[in-house]
Amino acid sequence: MDSGLLFNLTTIVYFAAMVLFFAYIASKSEKVALTATLTSLGGFLIQTTAIGLRWYESYQIPGQDGRAPMTNLYESVVFFAWSILLIYLLIDWKYKQRTIGAFVLPIALFTMLWAQLDSRYMHSGIDPLVPALQSNWLTYHVVTCFLGYAGFAVAFGVSVMYLLKIGKEEKHQGKEPMGGILGLFPTTRILDDLNYRAIMIGFPLLTLGIITGAAWANYAWGTYWSWDPKETWSLIVWFIYAAFIHARFTRGWVGRRAAWLSIFGFAATIFCYLGVNLVLSGLHSYGGS
Amino acid sequence: MTEKSKSFADQIWDFLCSLKLTIILLLLLALTSIIGTVLQQNAPASEYIREYGQSNYELFKNLQFIDMYHSFWFIGILALFSVNLICCSIKNFPRVWKFVTDPMLVASSGILKGSANKAEYTSKESTQLIIERISPLLKKEFGKPTVTDKDGKTYLFAQKGIYSRFGAYVTHLSILIIMAGAIIGNVWGYKAYVNIVEGTEVDKVMSRSGQGQVPLGFTVRCDDFDVSYYPNSNRPKDYNSDLVVLEDGKEILRKRIEVNDPLTYKGITFYQSSYGPAGNAFFKVKATDNKSGETIDVKANQNQTIQLPGGYTFAVTNFTENDRNFGPAMQLRVNTPDGKSGAPFVVWQNFPEFDAKRAGTFSFALLGFEQPQFTGLQVAKDPGVNVVWLGCFLMVFGSLSAFFFSHKRIWVCLEEDGKKTKIAVAANAHRNQPGFSLAFDDLQQKLESCIKNESQKKEG
Repeated sequence: MDSGLLFNLTTIVYFAAMVLFFAYIASKSEKVALTATLTSLGGFLIQTTAIGLRWYESYQIPGQDGRAPMTNLYESVVFFAWSILLIYLLIDWKYKQRTIGAFVLPIALFTMLWAQLDSRYMHSGIDPLVPALQSNWLTYHVVTCFLGYAGFAVAFGVSVMYLLKIGKEEKHQGKEPMGGILGLFPTTRILDDLNYRAIMIGFPLLTLGIITGAAWANYAWGTYWSWDPKETWSLIVWFIYAAFIHARFTRGWVGRRAAWLSIFGFAATIFCYLGVNLVLSGLHSYGGS
Repeated sequence: MTEKSKSFADQIWDFLCSLKLTIILLLLLALTSIIGTVLQQNAPASEYIREYGQSNYELFKNLQFIDMYHSFWFIGILALFSVNLICCSIKNFPRVWKFVTDPMLVASSGILKGSANKAEYTSKESTQLIIERISPLLKKEFGKPTVTDKDGKTYLFAQKGIYSRFGAYVTHLSILIIMAGAIIGNVWGYKAYVNIVEGTEVDKVMSRSGQGQVPLGFTVRCDDFDVSYYPNSNRPKDYNSDLVVLEDGKEILRKRIEVNDPLTYKGITFYQSSYGPAGNAFFKVKATDNKSGETIDVKANQNQTIQLPGGYTFAVTNFTENDRNFGPAMQLRVNTPDGKSGAPFVVWQNFPEFDAKRAGTFSFALLGFEQPQFTGLQVAKDPGVNVVWLGCFLMVFGSLSAFFFSHKRIWVCLEEDGKKTKIAVAANAHRNQPGFSLAFDDLQQKLESCIKNESQKKEG
């Protein structure tokens, strides 16, 4: 049994969970919803094992010192999927809004599929680490950033649900609850609140991620901030979500605008995570991939 | 006239305090920051001209896009952002500070009647006994209650998490502290680099911001530089330098630095950053005079003529890392005192006794082949860095307390009415009201059983 096999299994289980969430929306059966959540949890546990196993495997390679599996694009994409599931499961456990899974699982599944199938950018070998990356700061920095990204990913999924629902809800007349798929969604008030809560999880984590990155840069190069494109984009993302949080205190910025700001913020997050590496140039080259 | 100018000043004040300005500035900072990630910063003029043309280059230069994060307009936005932060805090802080200096110990009837979380009980027990019964619960759930008698009624007040009201201010302050730290570093610190050849020392470093050589105030020597590679590859695994700090010729500090593990002395930090070959490789050669048995050790560059006793000279003319599987070998030539050049011969490092069999005037042994290296160090002095870390710590601490904690308060009003005591309870939280409502429902039941003094029995 190696980690690669378990990652394949993870992808399959996430696919199954997504199908189950869709089935739940179609069937409205609470049993199906519970199965979907448990399947997600199962996939998450398999992926946790796989990441742990890959970590272990890195110690078994002759001549290498072992390291946390977060050092190239493949490993980071896999870790991103894991982070999304972690934040999603926490929010599901706390707020029990099962339909959200149908909008979050596809993000995680797409991420895993990309890691598994794209041979152009993805390289699943455990390569030796350049000296600059040999630091415990790597783990702190990556974990905090990705959990932050994952919070924003969940907020994005919830915002999409909000925008899908709000239009229909405004047109909907009468007191009886809305029917159809949208009727199954949490109310727009809850969706708006969940959007805020997911960002409240993501924002402090992103802040910590930027700080640990700065601390590491200072420890390795003597500069905590150098306006490198990756750094700058992380700050851009930080500015957008800071604006989001302050917008909550102003009338007129809840609801639709907040949902759009969240979607806009997630687009910036994805550009910060991937666009900078694939389009721009700079320090964070993911080990040259 | 005065009234009009005052209202204008008020308008400016309101503008500087406004949340709208905050949101606009945050989004403006986000938007403008993109420029510097798309357009390469601080590149030579020729590169911009080649890529964008002369006229565009002039435009970029005039708009200060070439070093935009230090441009007047970007710093201007940051300054306005700071002013907004400060004004906003000045405006709101006194109101929040009042919660500390002047807590509402006596619940108004508005709070008791209008609060979203309220409860009423009646009891036959005396006020004093009820206070004794519910105080431990209030202390556990909120904090030590304050008892106030007023107008024949007795009031209890307890609170917790008041610090969370300050979370936002701490976060705002932290941004200003980080900016202050950055300014301190820029004014009193510097970034520099230096290359030290193994075995040599430096007391100056080269500034990165064009201030030329910066004296360190002490001397740094590099005793040795090493690079190790991953097995069967040319990827470096580690590189490190043995650095020695000297003051007045005396050794003060010694450290083997590597990437991600620098050396700091007197606020100046040396970071391992690069390396490279310095000068020519040399051979360590041992020459033995076969008549006298006298030996000499010399360092010889390739093709350098080296003196030997009695007017002889020799030179290393060639070298290979591996000669026919016998390992490293050098080719030499010995010249007689009258200038005649002898035939070249080979000496293998792995067979140091072998050359004696040649029976020449001298026999040679190759002790080693070395390429001197220089170690490339980044040098930084940043007296503001700890201020920045303080700011970062406050930012995390402040935002967590602002986001995840809330100021919760509870008021109890006890009124003796004949033989009964009327008890009114109200509570609120300044954030996350739905969550607090759930907690209050739970608290209500606990209060009831406390008043009836039956909690122990129930739980037991």
